[in-house]
Amino acid sequence: MQNNLTQLFSSKPKNLLNIFFTAGYPKLEDTTVILKALEEAKVDLVEIGIPFSDPLADGPTIQESSKIALENGMSIEKLFTQLESYREENPEADTPILLMGYLNPVMQFGLDKFCARCASVGVDGLIVPDLPMFIYEHEFKATFEKHNISNVFLVTPQTSEKRIREIDANSTGFIYAVSSASTTGSKADFSAAADYLGKLRDMDLKTPVLTGFNIKNNQNFKDACSFVDGAIIGSEFIRQIAETTDLKQTVASFVKEIKK
Amino acid sequence: MSYQVDEKGFYGEFGGAFIPELLYPNIEELQENYLKIEKSEEFQTEFHQLLKDYVGRPTPLFLAKRLSAKYGGEIWLKREDLCHTGAHKINNTVGQIILAQKLGKKRIIAETGAGQHGVATATVCALKGLKCIVYMGEKDIERQAPNVARMKMLGAEVRPAMSGSKTLKDATNEAMRDWINNPEDTHYIIGSVVGPHPYPDMVARYQSIISKEIKEQMQGLPDYVIACVGGGSNAMGAFYHFLDDPSVKLIGVEAAGLGIDTDKTAATLTLGTPGVLHASRSIMMQDKDGQVIEPHSISAGLDYPGIGPAHAWLKVSDRAQYMAVTDADALKAAVECSRLEGIIPALETAHAFSVLKDLDLKPTDRVVINLSGRGDKDMDTYMRELKLNEL
Ligand SMILES: Cc1ncc(COP(=O)(O)O)c(C=O)c1O
Repeated sequence: MQNNLTQLFSSKPKNLLNIFFTAGYPKLEDTTVILKALEEAKVDLVEIGIPFSDPLADGPTIQESSKIALENGMSIEKLFTQLESYREENPEADTPILLMGYLNPVMQFGLDKFCARCASVGVDGLIVPDLPMFIYEHEFKATFEKHNISNVFLVTPQTSEKRIREIDANSTGFIYAVSSASTTGSKADFSAAADYLGKLRDMDLKTPVLTGFNIKNNQNFKDACSFVDGAIIGSEFIRQIAETTDLKQTVASFVKEIKK
Repeated sequence: MSYQVDEKGFYGEFGGAFIPELLYPNIEELQENYLKIEKSEEFQTEFHQLLKDYVGRPTPLFLAKRLSAKYGGEIWLKREDLCHTGAHKINNTVGQIILAQKLGKKRIIAETGAGQHGVATATVCALKGLKCIVYMGEKDIERQAPNVARMKMLGAEVRPAMSGSKTLKDATNEAMRDWINNPEDTHYIIGSVVGPHPYPDMVARYQSIISKEIKEQMQGLPDYVIACVGGGSNAMGAFYHFLDDPSVKLIGVEAAGLGIDTDKTAATLTLGTPGVLHASRSIMMQDKDGQVIEPHSISAGLDYPGIGPAHAWLKVSDRAQYMAVTDADALKAAVECSRLEGIIPALETAHAFSVLKDLDLKPTDRVVINLSGRGDKDMDTYMRELKLNEL
C-alpha cells in the first residue's frame, strides 16, 4: 500500500520535522491556515490533534489548546470539512498528514466512516494514544488497511525490546518514540533520552522512528536526529502560535529556526 | 452467565485496558501480579489482620427497626460507616497498599471525589510510611473541606485538579498523568471499580469482603441488596458474593442530580452510552461527538460521568437494576435515616436509602442497604441545604 506517508519514507530520509498542532486552535478556522503555512515552510510531516475533553496523555499546553478548540466548536466532522476545502484549494499539497485523536470520539464517529473520510481528505496515518496494540490487531487493523491508513504506535524508555519488536511488526507508518516516559510537554532533560534513542537506532527496526514530547529548539532537534529519523514538536509550537498576531509569519520562522 | 472478568480483562463487551503505551509496563506488572499476590498466604494474613484490627471488621449488620416499620420489609444496614476513616473505601486501600509494597513501590498517588478515598489512601500511607499524593478537583476541595484537612493531617499532599468540571473525573485525569510521568516508583491506588484492567476486578475483590460478611451475618439470602454507585466499588463489594444467587435482587442507585431530564445529572447508566473513559470501555455520559459531559451531583462521590465496566455488564445482562435519585430526594432520605435510626449517612449513601419508597416491600422481604459511609464530611452541605442553623 502507498500513501503520502509511505511515499515519504520509501527514500529513507533523515532529519524529518513533524509539527503537531491542535485542530481549531487558536481560532476555529486556523486549522487550514496553519496547515498551509507548514506546507509552505516545507515541514516533512504534519500531525493534527483532534481535541478531546479528557486528554489523558497530554500535558498542560495541549490540554489547554484542546479545551479552547472545543469551545471554538471543533469536532471531527468540522475537521474533515476543513480538510476537504484545504484539498480543493491546494491540489498540489503533498505533505503527509496524520491525525492524532483519542479513541472515544473516533469510536462515536464510527471507525469505518472515520477511516473512509480520512482517506478521502488525504489523511495518511493515525495516532490513537489510548488504542492498545492488541485491540488494534483484533478490531481495527482490517479497517485501517482497507482504507490505506497507516498506524503509529508509541514506545517509551520502559518498553521492553520484545514489545518494541512487536510494535515494529505491527507498524505501517513510523514509531513514535517518547523521549522520556511523560505526558506531552514535560520538561525532562533530553540528554537522558540519548541511551534509549541509541538503543532504538541499534535495533535496526524496519519502521522509521521519530521522537517527540520535549523537543523545543534547533539543538534538541539536531540531537534527536543524530539518533533517529526525525522529531516531533508539539507543545512548543502551540505555545508559539498561541501568542502571535501573525500566524503565517510565526509558523514560517519557527520552522526555519528549527531546521537551520 | 459469568459476571466475573475474563482473562483478557473484559466483562462481556465492557472493560479492557485502553491505556496509552506509556502505562503499559505498569499495567502489565499489575495484570501479571495482582492475583498471585492476592492469593499468597502472606497477603491474606496481613490483609485480614489489618481489616480486623485496624479497619474494625467485621462491620455489623444492623436491623433498622423504625425504617422497617415505615417501609414494610425487614431492612438491614451493613455498617461500612463504622470502618476506620468512615467509609468502605479503606477496604480497598488496605489491599492495594500491601500490593504496592510487595511490588516495591515507594510513592502512592490517588484521585478522590468526596475525599473518603483520599483519606483512606493517606491513612494507609501513614501506616506504611509511604509518600502520598492525592489529586482532588478544585470544586470538591471546597465542598469536602473536612476531608482535605484530614488528608493533610495524615501527611498527604493534596493537589488540586483545575481542568474540566474540577471534580472526580478531572482528578482521575491528573492522577493518570502523574503515573505516566512517574512510571517506575509509583503505584496508583484507584478508588473505585473503574480504570483499566485489572483495577475493576482488583478493587471488587478487596471490597468483596462486604458481601462475604453479609452472607455470613444473615441467616439465608436477602431479597434485595441496595447500594449507591459512583464508580461502583461499594455496590460491587456488596453484590459480589450474591452475583450467582439469582433470587437476590441487586439495585444500584446513581445520582440524578437535578433530575434525569435536566443537563445537571450524574445518572450514567440511565442516560449514558458505550464509550471509553479512563482507560476502560463502559457506559458513560457523552455528547454526539464523544466528548465527555460534565456531570452534576450534590454528592462529590457520585459526581462522575462514568461507571465501572462490571456494572455496565450487570445492567446490560439484566443481573442488576439501576435507579437514579435526585439531590433533593437524597437530602430527604438523609434526614429520614438520621431521625429514624440515629445514623447520619454520607450524601452518597443517602441516595441508596431513597429508593426504599419505590420498592413496595412485602412484610417478609429482607433488604440489605450498604451504608457505605458516614455523613460527617457532608455537614457543611447538610447545614446549608437543610438550613440546620435555622432550626
Ligand atoms: C461514602 C461513599 N459512598 C459511596 C461512594 C461512591 O463510590 P463507589 O461507587 O466506588 O462506592 C463514595 C465515594 O467517594 C463515598 O465516599
